[in-house]
Amino acid sequence: MQTIPSPFIFSGGIHPSYNKELSSASPIRELPLPARLVVPLSQHLGAPAKPIVKPGDTVKAGQLIAEQNGFISAPVHAPAAGKIAALEETLTASGRSCGAIIIETDSAQEWSLLPTFSAWQTADKKELLNQIGVAGIVGMGGAGFPTRVKLSPPTDKPIDTLILNGAECEPYLTADHRLMLECTKEIRIGAEIVRHILGAKTLRIAVEDNKPDAIAALEKAFQDIDGDVAITVLKTSYPQGSEKQQIYSVTGRQVPRGGLPMDVGCVVENVSTAYAVYDAVLKGRPLVRRVVSVTGDAIHTPSNLLVPSGTLYGDLVAACGGVKGKAAKVISGGPMMGFAVSSLTVPTGKTTSGLLLFSSSKVSCFTSQACISCGRCVDACPMRLTPSELSQFIESDDVDGAEKISLMDCIECGSCAFVCPAHRPLVHHMRRGKAIVMAKRSKKP
Amino acid sequence: MDPIILQSTLWLGGIGLVSAIALAVADKYLSVPEDPRIGKVTGLLSGANCGGCGYAGCADYARAIVLQDAELNLCTPGGSACANAIAAFLGKAAEALEKRTALVLCCGDNAETVRRAAYNGINDCAAAQATAGGDKGCTYGCLGYGSCARVCPVNAIAISNGLAKVDKNRCIACGKCVAACPRKLIKLVPSSAVIHVLCHSKDKGPTVKKVCGTGCIGCRLCTKIADDGAIFMDGFLAVVDYTKPPTHDELIAKCPSHCIRKA
Repeated sequence: MQTIPSPFIFSGGIHPSYNKELSSASPIRELPLPARLVVPLSQHLGAPAKPIVKPGDTVKAGQLIAEQNGFISAPVHAPAAGKIAALEETLTASGRSCGAIIIETDSAQEWSLLPTFSAWQTADKKELLNQIGVAGIVGMGGAGFPTRVKLSPPTDKPIDTLILNGAECEPYLTADHRLMLECTKEIRIGAEIVRHILGAKTLRIAVEDNKPDAIAALEKAFQDIDGDVAITVLKTSYPQGSEKQQIYSVTGRQVPRGGLPMDVGCVVENVSTAYAVYDAVLKGRPLVRRVVSVTGDAIHTPSNLLVPSGTLYGDLVAACGGVKGKAAKVISGGPMMGFAVSSLTVPTGKTTSGLLLFSSSKVSCFTSQACISCGRCVDACPMRLTPSELSQFIESDDVDGAEKISLMDCIECGSCAFVCPAHRPLVHHMRRGKAIVMAKRSKKP
Repeated sequence: MDPIILQSTLWLGGIGLVSAIALAVADKYLSVPEDPRIGKVTGLLSGANCGGCGYAGCADYARAIVLQDAELNLCTPGGSACANAIAAFLGKAAEALEKRTALVLCCGDNAETVRRAAYNGINDCAAAQATAGGDKGCTYGCLGYGSCARVCPVNAIAISNGLAKVDKNRCIACGKCVAACPRKLIKLVPSSAVIHVLCHSKDKGPTVKKVCGTGCIGCRLCTKIADDGAIFMDGFLAVVDYTKPPTHDELIAKCPSHCIRKA
């Protein structure tokens, strides 16, 4: 095991002010159990889960309440014991509505756990994979792609490298950072289980160089590991945590257009996902809680909380001492890729990494102007697209034109909008254009 | 004479002659006869090329009428006059076409409704809807960013004070606005109907009152006045049955939230 600087660096990217010191020193603490949980059925990419409980049922913590509905889908478990109060629609952080199961929690928290695999080293890979699927584990970095699917690549795509993603390149967020400091051993076991399932020879742990304490903790935890394992120290740059950029920084391989990491023999898993794998395989606990950073300049005590899925944002704010002054903007997730939310009655899910509250001094209400063709967005785009041109195509409702110049390769990282001197809402245009293209594609037979 | 002039004249003339012969041969042996009725029917259609009939423009619809026996009354801009003209030309009977018009099922403009957040994104309803579910307090009402107005081929929709309104006289009922609205609150209704429930909120009364001064609160008073079933309840929302639209003027005066209006 050794620590190496990243051999490559992706093109483009930006250097926003990170402001991680607000919450990076605050240890993870468990949120007092809220009286009411609103558990969304769609906490992952793919088809929403199908509820199997009805109002009036009592459930144990960890009990299956909604089953997987299709190949790309994931089951949902009760985050806490209690009574099912209702099944209703809820608005999620991404602005869409989806079904949700409302649980009124009770004080005696009885768990219903899955069978465990204490000897996972010798366990059948299929059984371990099944356990990960049954536990409802999804990629916790943000996209929420079901981990079971990610870890079962077709046989003609052998995986030789597993990258453990601890970059956490979004400003403000410190959830993964704290997890790497406090649960390093568990992350190591989770990573080893994933490596065992994939049969990957190489393991790389990718961490940005602005987290030296996490690198030191990982060095200690991984020192006696066998095989080709290294901690790759990435240069701090946004978006180092993005899958394709990270694969390039760590291995020098480029994921082909429209392709997946498995096309270049890589799988990238977030450190939180590795922890969830450990929790599911060794403790039998399905994925029902995660660490969420609640931070920003308009929150009283910025904290990292261990939160059951379905906790309303209002409960998180209350647990952190409430709003300091007046919050002008609330963002679910990181400031670069997160979603602005308009109410605190939105629930958290498996992919909620942070909740940010900003005062009016941090929020600027820009007026967008015409593109001055300065080309800064082209320099900043880590996917080597031309955001200026793309946005003008979409603005004039020519999404076919935008599609021709690779609109669908946009990862919506926000680097272009960050550097635009004309304050053009470039990412918003991309999201709109991509939504139109997706709608068109789904209409075609 | 300069030989180059003679040469080029001969060459060009020769190429022209060969091409003319080729074209003449192609016309004789390769021509595809088109039904002459298609052109005539295209001429009888409105020429709006709006696509409201479901075909790719007037010529495509004319082809479908002549060759595939498509229904004759699909051209909404042309109306029944157009359908009858085509029917007379083809010697068929046209089914009666009721003139329809687009209607925005919301009357909550900026004066009546609250916004729950300040939206600073791009000027498009679908984009606003995708940002935290839209900035309007009511999750059913018109967002007012004009996506419907921009797709209207005849400029029949205007946005005033954060609310889309359809000009009945201009609307050709092509249905483009119906597809463009992310909140699905534009409906094609018979032009003869004059009294409408201009609300689309399925929320309960108290919830509606919090966000809109003129939303349907589900009091059922209108269903009692129009006791012939012209207005029925869909949950907490009064809905007009457009197969027998209401005519009672009393409805407009009695509706406590003033969302039953003439349009």
